[in-house]
Amino acid sequence: MKDKIRIASGQGFWGDLVDAPYHQVTKGDIDYLVMDYLAEVTMSIMQKQKNRNPKLGYAIDLIDLMKKILPISTKKGIKIITNGGGVNPISCADAILEVAMKLDIGKLDVAVVLGDDIKDCLDDLIKKGCDLNNMETGEPIVTVKDKLLSTNVYFGAFPIVEALKRGADIVITGRTTDTGLTLAPMIYEFGWKDTDYDLLSAGTVAGHILECGAQSTGGNFLGDWESIENFAEIGFPIAEAYLNGEVIITKHENTGGKVTFETVAEQLVYEIGDPKEYITPDCVADFSSIKLEEIGKDRVKVYNVKGKPETEFYKVSCSYHDGYSATGSLTYSWPQALTKAKAADKILRKRLENLGLKFDEIRSEYVGYNATHESLAPDLEEDKINEIVLRFSVRAKDRNTVNRFGQEIAPLILTGPPSVTGFAGGRPKPKDVIAYWPALIRKSMVVPKVKILELK
Amino acid sequence: MKIKLRDIAHGRSGDKGDAANIGIIAYDEKGYKIIEKHLTVKRVKEHFKGICNGTVERYEMPNIRALNFILNDSLGGGGTVSLKLDAQGKTLAAALLRMELEVEKI
Repeated sequence: MKDKIRIASGQGFWGDLVDAPYHQVTKGDIDYLVMDYLAEVTMSIMQKQKNRNPKLGYAIDLIDLMKKILPISTKKGIKIITNGGGVNPISCADAILEVAMKLDIGKLDVAVVLGDDIKDCLDDLIKKGCDLNNMETGEPIVTVKDKLLSTNVYFGAFPIVEALKRGADIVITGRTTDTGLTLAPMIYEFGWKDTDYDLLSAGTVAGHILECGAQSTGGNFLGDWESIENFAEIGFPIAEAYLNGEVIITKHENTGGKVTFETVAEQLVYEIGDPKEYITPDCVADFSSIKLEEIGKDRVKVYNVKGKPETEFYKVSCSYHDGYSATGSLTYSWPQALTKAKAADKILRKRLENLGLKFDEIRSEYVGYNATHESLAPDLEEDKINEIVLRFSVRAKDRNTVNRFGQEIAPLILTGPPSVTGFAGGRPKPKDVIAYWPALIRKSMVVPKVKILELK
Repeated sequence: MKIKLRDIAHGRSGDKGDAANIGIIAYDEKGYKIIEKHLTVKRVKEHFKGICNGTVERYEMPNIRALNFILNDSLGGGGTVSLKLDAQGKTLAAALLRMELEVEKI
C-alpha cells in the first residue's frame, strides 16, 4: 500500500487548454491524471452527436490527446481517469484502444463505467415508482418526458475504484461526479473503506479543488490577480494525497500561476451551497471544517476535513428541449453611443410588437455599460464613452418566431440611429434552448457496471 | 469610516441552476469580523435588488474567513435558458465587492 500519491488535474471543462494534460504528464512526477469534461450542457450536446452517429457522443478531444500522451503515461505508469466517455464510454474506450494499437503500446487495460445513462430504461423506472420529480419545482418527469435529450445518474468514486482494483490503466466513465475522479485513486491506493467518512470527505474536497483546473492555481483569481505570474504557461493543480487524508495542493515547478491560501480558498467557495452539506454519492463533506495552511512556495496543506455518511439517493441530471433563442448585437459609436443604442432597442421592440410576435422573454443589455453588473453599474458620462454594444436576445417556444426576429435586427443599420456597425456575422439563427431537470433516484434502482476492455 | 468591501475581501461566484453563489473571503481575521457583522442577508439582498428576485441565504465558513451567499432566482432561468450575457453569474462576486461599508476604524 502506498502512503502518498500525486493526482494531477488535466482539464476543467470540455474546451479547456488542450495541452494541459500533456504538461501534467511531462513536467514532473504524477501517479494519476484526472480529467473532467462534463458540464450539464455537455451531456445534451454529446447525446445529439450520438444520435447522428452511434460511434460518437464522447469528448472527441481525448483521442488526439491519447495519441500524444499514451506513450509517455504508459512508460511512466501514470493511470488516467476521466468522465470524458460522456454518453458513449464504450466507443470512447474502443477509440483509445485503437490509438494504443497503432502506437504499439503493448498491454493496456481500459475500463468503462456504465449504467449512468438511464434514458432507455426510464419507462421501467417510472413504472417502478421513480417519479424523478424536479428538485426545484416538484413536478414529475412525465411532464417533459417527450422532450428529454439526456438522462444520466451521477455516480461517485466507487465504480472507478472497482475498475482500478481490476487492473485498469485507464478508466473512462460517463456521468461521474467531478470529485469522484480524484477521490477514487485515494480510496484504491490507501485502502480507505466506504465508511471512512472523514477520509472520503478529505478526498472529495481535494476533488473539488482540482475539478475546475487552473481555477485553484491563479486562474480567474479575484484577489490580487496582477500578482499571478506567467498566466500564459499556467500550471494546473496537483493533489499530493496522503494515507491519513491530508492533501497538499501544488503544481509542477517552472509553470505559471500560484498556489496560495487565497487561490485555493476561492475555489473552495466556488459553486457550493450549504458548506456543511456538500453532498456527493460517496459522502457528505463539511466544508466548514476544512483547514488550509501555506507550507511552502506553491504548497497549500488541506486538512482536518470532517464528513458524514452518504445519502440514499443519486442525483439525476436530465436535459430537455425547451424552445429556441437568438442573440444579435449592434455597436454604436460616440457621440451619444448609449442614447443611440437605447433608441435602437426601442425601435426594435416596437417592430417586433407590430409583427405580433410573442416571445417568452426579450432582453436588451448594453455592453460597455451594464451588461454584467446590471442595476449596480454606475451612471456613465456619455461623452467619455467611445462605443456601446446593444446585445439583444429573444426566447420563444416557436422556432419561426425566433427566426423572424433574426430578420429584424440587421435592418436597423439603415433604418435607425447613426454611426452603427458590427453586424458582420449575418442574421442571428435560432438556437435550441436546453433546460435542465435535476432529480433524485434511490440508489437501489440503478447499478453501476464496470467492464474491462483489454489490449494484449 | 467608509471602506469598499473590495479593500478587505475577494471572492468567486458561479451558478447553481437559477441561483447564483457568491463566496466572499476576507484577507485577514479583522476583515472576517467586519464581513461577518456587516454582510447581512438584508444588506446583500438590498445590494442586488435589481438582480436577485428571490431570497438570499448566507452561510458562514470562519475556517477560511469566508461567507457564502446563495442568491435565488437571479440568473434569468439559469444555464442555457438564460438570455443574460453573464448567465452563470461569473461576475457577481465582483459586483458584491462594489459594496461600501461604514465601519469603525480599522
